[in-house]
Amino acid sequence: MYDFAIQTNELSRTFGDFTAVDRITFDVKQGEIFGFLGANGAGKTTAMKMLTGLLTPTSGEARVSGLDVFKEAEEIKQNIGYMSQKFSLYDDLTPEENIEFYGGVYGLKGQELNHKKEELIHSVGLEKFRKKLVRSLPLGWKQKLAFSISIIHNPKIVFLDEPTGGVDPVTRRQFWEKIYEVSNQGITVFVTTHYMDEAEYCDRVSIMVDGRIEALDSPDELKRTFNAKSIEEIFIQLARSAERGEE
Amino acid sequence: MNPVVQISDLSKSFGIVNALKEISLEIHDNELFGFIGPDGAGKTTLFRILTTLLIPNEGTVRVMGMDVVSDYKKIRPLLGYMPGTFSLYQDLSVEENMKFFASVFGTTIEENYDLVKPIYRQLEPFKDRYAGNLSGGMKQKLALSCALIHKPKLLILDEPTTGVDAVSRKEFWEMLHLLKEEGISIIASTPYMDEANQCDRIALIDKGSVLNINTPDNVISGFEKPLYGLKHPNKYALINHLREFQYSESVHPFGEFVHYTDSRGKINTSELKNFLEGKGLNKPVVKEIEPDIEDMFMSLMKPEEIHV
Amino acid sequence: MNSFNGFVVKEFKQIFRDKRTLVVLFGMPIIMLILFGFAIRNEVKNVKIGVLDLSKDAVTRELTQKLASSEAFEFSVYLSTYDEVEEVFKAGEIKEIIVFEPNFSEKLTLEGIANVQVITDATDPNLSNIVQSYTGAIIRDYIQELNYQGTTLQQGIQPTIKMMYNPELKSVNLFVPGLIAVILMLISALMTSISITREKEMGNMEILLVSPLKPIHIIIGKVLPYLVLSVINVITILILAHFIFEVPFRGSYILFFIEAIIFILTALALGVFISSVANNQQTAMMVSLAGLLLPTVLLSGFIFPVESMPYPLQMVSHIIPAKWFLIVVRSIMLKGSGIEILWMETLILFGIALFFMALSMKKFNVRLQ
Repeated sequence: MYDFAIQTNELSRTFGDFTAVDRITFDVKQGEIFGFLGANGAGKTTAMKMLTGLLTPTSGEARVSGLDVFKEAEEIKQNIGYMSQKFSLYDDLTPEENIEFYGGVYGLKGQELNHKKEELIHSVGLEKFRKKLVRSLPLGWKQKLAFSISIIHNPKIVFLDEPTGGVDPVTRRQFWEKIYEVSNQGITVFVTTHYMDEAEYCDRVSIMVDGRIEALDSPDELKRTFNAKSIEEIFIQLARSAERGEE
Repeated sequence: MNPVVQISDLSKSFGIVNALKEISLEIHDNELFGFIGPDGAGKTTLFRILTTLLIPNEGTVRVMGMDVVSDYKKIRPLLGYMPGTFSLYQDLSVEENMKFFASVFGTTIEENYDLVKPIYRQLEPFKDRYAGNLSGGMKQKLALSCALIHKPKLLILDEPTTGVDAVSRKEFWEMLHLLKEEGISIIASTPYMDEANQCDRIALIDKGSVLNINTPDNVISGFEKPLYGLKHPNKYALINHLREFQYSESVHPFGEFVHYTDSRGKINTSELKNFLEGKGLNKPVVKEIEPDIEDMFMSLMKPEEIHV
Repeated sequence: MNSFNGFVVKEFKQIFRDKRTLVVLFGMPIIMLILFGFAIRNEVKNVKIGVLDLSKDAVTRELTQKLASSEAFEFSVYLSTYDEVEEVFKAGEIKEIIVFEPNFSEKLTLEGIANVQVITDATDPNLSNIVQSYTGAIIRDYIQELNYQGTTLQQGIQPTIKMMYNPELKSVNLFVPGLIAVILMLISALMTSISITREKEMGNMEILLVSPLKPIHIIIGKVLPYLVLSVINVITILILAHFIFEVPFRGSYILFFIEAIIFILTALALGVFISSVANNQQTAMMVSLAGLLLPTVLLSGFIFPVESMPYPLQMVSHIIPAKWFLIVVRSIMLKGSGIEILWMETLILFGIALFFMALSMKKFNVRLQ
């Protein structure tokens, strides 16, 4: 039906006379782990919002899981998973209740929901804490739970918006191992991050500067092209050469 | 040389949460000292105690020779402080913010201009812009200028580079080095392990305890075992198979490479290569590498527990 | 339908787990019902009245007895001369004075009519209407009794009604002074508490505390703009009230503004106090509205007369600064009272202001906890 998980063509978004996203064109293959990098204000969040159906583009085209972002935004939301930096879990509900709620939102019910619930609680390791309020869980556990919940309905793509901010280095890596697990099952992962070393975990990486995509390739290829030893070096190179009229 | 900060058996809790557990350490005068640790480690709580905004439950803390509880009035004017959630006055311009903080500290922008010049110079073209309309990196620079404007003896910065892009982060640390040359003592916290190398000495902090205090180099040389870096296009398979290896101790993805330590210590790399090739991984790269701060941090960390 | 159900279930769970909100959701209506139920009175009770008996005969004494024993009235004072009427009203406690003309019962027996003057303080037109009609009813009852006893009177006792201070019974004259109090509370207390807690929320308060700025400076700095704004607002209201609604201003402007400033200082101090117990703007706003504004509107005599409330609520109203401020403002504006009459209320207002200022400064956190 469609070969690409995401396809965009000259996708743009302006706010008044400010161009947040400037004609970006790229694709993400099915089953890929795609890293979406860029400085604050480069346009990452805006781009992501357009792809997840939360913001209508001003011009250009984009298809997510074969669905058009202009005309089928609502269907897109049903078919993707999403996890933002703020984790979107309800602090004053238990893990069980969070699972039940989000499961219900995505149309899971009855046996299927129960089955999923047990599966999820086991895989994150929350058996002893399933009835404790999420508020009392440490950050790393919340994050793992949020991630698992975001794919509870087996979407083909999951969007992760800076999921590892501020978390300790061990938990960060455990999270990425979960991403690998998920990718192994065939789910496409679209992730933005501030940590340059995490770019290396991705199959391909794009770097946004001033609303445009200035680089897109596998980490190894990028390092060869830019003659750099790390993604961070490339990032600094690109960022320094294009200051957004200061910002 | 008197230590600028002396902490002795400091503990602090909020209800059932133990934010800081029996911390003891000293920070020297004119040092650039870093607290490295993730969210929830206790960095902000510690800094609030140093700036006399919170009172310890146990232990004593002396800043510039004075007690933070009884002498807070004398300590405060000598500090420059940039809190983690500092947002400046969004509806005042860059210049107005600077003028305000200067006057609050009984000085003017002109008086200490030389000190803030390297930073403020970058902001000057935008001096009439509202602080709310600056980018993250620019806001941090403005906040730093405001914290410095009265030429404090001790500068305390709580996660000054969080949420800021890589370029601005580099520039920020360069500025801190310049300030150190002016004789100011600087204490900063950061969750970014790679920034540890910018400091004279660091304290690794996690879940309320200090794991290690030393110069970055000494922290690294404390890494007990040899560290190996492995590389293969199929990272996921590499990690899984390594964990299956009977002598594997720690296996962590680290960007391009996977960091590995063996329970036996030093190993023969071909043994490992053969094992992996036997599992179907073609031509893996295996070599001994130098550990960095993050490796050390992770080896010292205890796993997260849930206290309910 | 499942996702909808799930959503509803979640909402219920969250509400019931938020103890603080629950207290507001269930506690508030109960408190409001009690307050409204007891405070709103259209019946009248314990209204203080005075009698000027220029006749002092059996009939007038009987009538006085009847009035005194009515539940609606509380007999407070016997006047001796007509000149005292003005003074007594200015003092503010007495709401009605009944004047019996000389040779009352003689006139009644011989001529069949006698005049009684019913003078009410119409500052509160509703109250004065009610009081006056009660009085009229009592007098008519008495006439009935007399007739019944065999004395036939032709026209009986003629009450002449006089409404003082507010002859047209304009409600706006009642409301405007009260409105001044409410608005000052709103601006001074509510806005101050929000402004300080916003600083806390933003994280800037930390820096200010660590700076050489003394806490007292921070307080004064926060409070000063609202002091100025409040004074401007008072002037604006007075101008509008005068030109649009023709509300009279019969007293001294200087005294008025002195009293207003004392009241503003109290409201500001309350705002600072609230900010030291609230950690975010939302809490500050709720506490200001529920804890200050509501009692001010209901229990200060703004709309509903304090005398008619049950005794416990009357006690509570004594500590509400607006109550004293309203007495002062109404007296100055509508009755032209001076400091000689209002010295007690002024002193009380001043005392309350000092108390809250001291309390709020003590409570202001020099630290984050």
